[in-house]
Amino acid sequence: MLYNEPSPLETRVLSRRFGMPNSASIDTYLATDGYKAFLKARGMKPEEIIEEVKISNLRGRGGAGFPTGMKWSFVPRNSPKPKYIVVNADESEPGTCKDRLLMEYDPHQLIEGVLIAALSVDAHAGWIYIRGEYRYLIEIMDKALNEAYHKGWLGKNIQGTGFDFDLYTHSGAGAYECGEESALLESLEGKRGIPRIRPPFPAVVGAFQCPTILNNVETYCAVPAIIRDGGKAFADLGVPKAGGTKLTCLTGHVNKPGVYELTLGFPVMKMINEVGGGVRNGKKLKAFIPGGSSCPILTGEECQDATMDYDSMAARKSMLGSGGVVVMDEDTCMVKAALRIMRFYAHESCGWCIPCREGTTWLRKILTRFHEGQGTRSDIDLIGDLSKNMLGRTFCPLGDAAALPTISIVEKFRQEFEDHLNGRPCPFEHAGHMVTV
Amino acid sequence: MIPMLLYAQDEVGHVSDELIEEIARRVGVTPLQVNEVLTYYSMLHRKPLGKYHVQICTNISCLLWDADKLWEQACHKLGIGHKEATGDGQISLEEVECIGACSWAPAVQVNYDFHHFVTSEKLDQLLDGLRKKQ
Ligand SMILES: Cc1cc2nc3c(=O)[nH]c(=O)nc-3n(C[C@H](O)[C@H](O)[C@H](O)COP(=O)(O)O)c2cc1C
Ligand code: SF4
Ligand code: FES
Repeated sequence: MLYNEPSPLETRVLSRRFGMPNSASIDTYLATDGYKAFLKARGMKPEEIIEEVKISNLRGRGGAGFPTGMKWSFVPRNSPKPKYIVVNADESEPGTCKDRLLMEYDPHQLIEGVLIAALSVDAHAGWIYIRGEYRYLIEIMDKALNEAYHKGWLGKNIQGTGFDFDLYTHSGAGAYECGEESALLESLEGKRGIPRIRPPFPAVVGAFQCPTILNNVETYCAVPAIIRDGGKAFADLGVPKAGGTKLTCLTGHVNKPGVYELTLGFPVMKMINEVGGGVRNGKKLKAFIPGGSSCPILTGEECQDATMDYDSMAARKSMLGSGGVVVMDEDTCMVKAALRIMRFYAHESCGWCIPCREGTTWLRKILTRFHEGQGTRSDIDLIGDLSKNMLGRTFCPLGDAAALPTISIVEKFRQEFEDHLNGRPCPFEHAGHMVTV
Repeated sequence: MIPMLLYAQDEVGHVSDELIEEIARRVGVTPLQVNEVLTYYSMLHRKPLGKYHVQICTNISCLLWDADKLWEQACHKLGIGHKEATGDGQISLEEVECIGACSWAPAVQVNYDFHHFVTSEKLDQLLDGLRKKQ
């Protein structure tokens, strides 16, 4: 059973098995071209695999959008150390719920993607780091891994090709910061999820001090299709500098929220109105977050001619991010939205950098005061200034992720902050208020 | 070590002193080192929770579907707050950050089970059911 009805406007490449009977089983996978790409890749040289991924214009789906082929080429293949493959399945960026489906409905696609990555750098072991809350997915992945071992698609001498690979699941235990690549590696090694200073990047010094490829679930899941049908076919689906499709999580005030696979470059308004069935209750679109709460927010007007790709979002000073689209209608209180987003970052800051640790807590307090009607006019500028002072002054991007949306909300919706001044109750609040802050 | 702590907690109910000692011994580190690690992770608890741990997400996508009202409703109904348990130890509550169910908001997790598109009525039924459940 699917969580939401598919849309006819989707281009289903990664999600093509979603909804098939027993889609997670290895038999279904093998009956639908499964593991063919691995065999094809086994016949290719490592450089050829990486070249194909480069041609596909695949960019990391975890949020930063770094070109995947280039990332793989940074791994020093001649290093005497073992090389590792790590899958980032920590999925905790607010608004994002797609990796979950990729693992639930098609776990073997992920395993095959990992195997191909392993061939490209000659790695022989890897881990799938899954957030602790996704216990049922750990069970699904473990079952799929067992099937793969049993049928000779993992372990020693895979399908008689002489290639060995072991893959394990690893549970997180509740920490957004462990989705950050270097904090994830620390956590994998059994430590607190405090990020590492980079360089060196994980490609050179990653898991257990060894060269490591670390990508998001969706990134690996795109790889079998790229090798099977060629990088060019994948690239052609998208826009010039970003190939393929993106699993997009439509959330918030739309009539048909859900996860949909859309080509890169899909128009934002078409996505909201046709895929998502329009804004709920026929209301107007007020604000839009393109890919998780770390992205600067866009106004309804800014969305009109925007498309879902890296360049279009960058031109609007935002980011494509992780695929977690948040739609807010005209009745949404932007002060409340800013407050809730800041509460999240204040809770998740690992506390290493002072600007992030103190900044997020301070901002949370000011925004709380504001939402209760106790803010002052100078607080509005203080919110902006504090956020700007966090930018670029932290060890990991969480500080920026907290600051950027806040700056954009204050700049674009300043009037709403003014409307909360002078002890007036929140103009949008019909009943109740935020209880715990 | 992190999965070890989580799976052990699932057996025991919380991370007890004995558990810390045992894990320290097996991993070959000091209990202090285990403690240092576990305090970082929000799913690891040093105190017992309810048998059914009800986690209500109020992060942005759920908030837009009035998850804050659900949270208040649950607190009111059970007479407990954030990270508190009912007197009989049956149910505990936690207001959590995004649990990866944003497109099917608002979302609630009871132990490891997801509940999607939760309405006020559904929450009421869910809590009533948990009160009686063995
Ligand atoms: C605070 C923070 C949280 C992150 N959370 C995730 C996450 O949950 N999943 C993910 O794939 N990437 C996450 N990332 C991005 C990773 O650091 C990394 O860029 C990504 O996993 C690389 O894979 P990709 O190139 O395939 O996107 C996060 C980054 C930061 C700074
Ligand atoms: S920016 Fe925040 S989360 Fe990142 S390392 Fe610094 S304190 Fe930790
Ligand atoms: S915001 Fe509630 S599950 Fe993601």
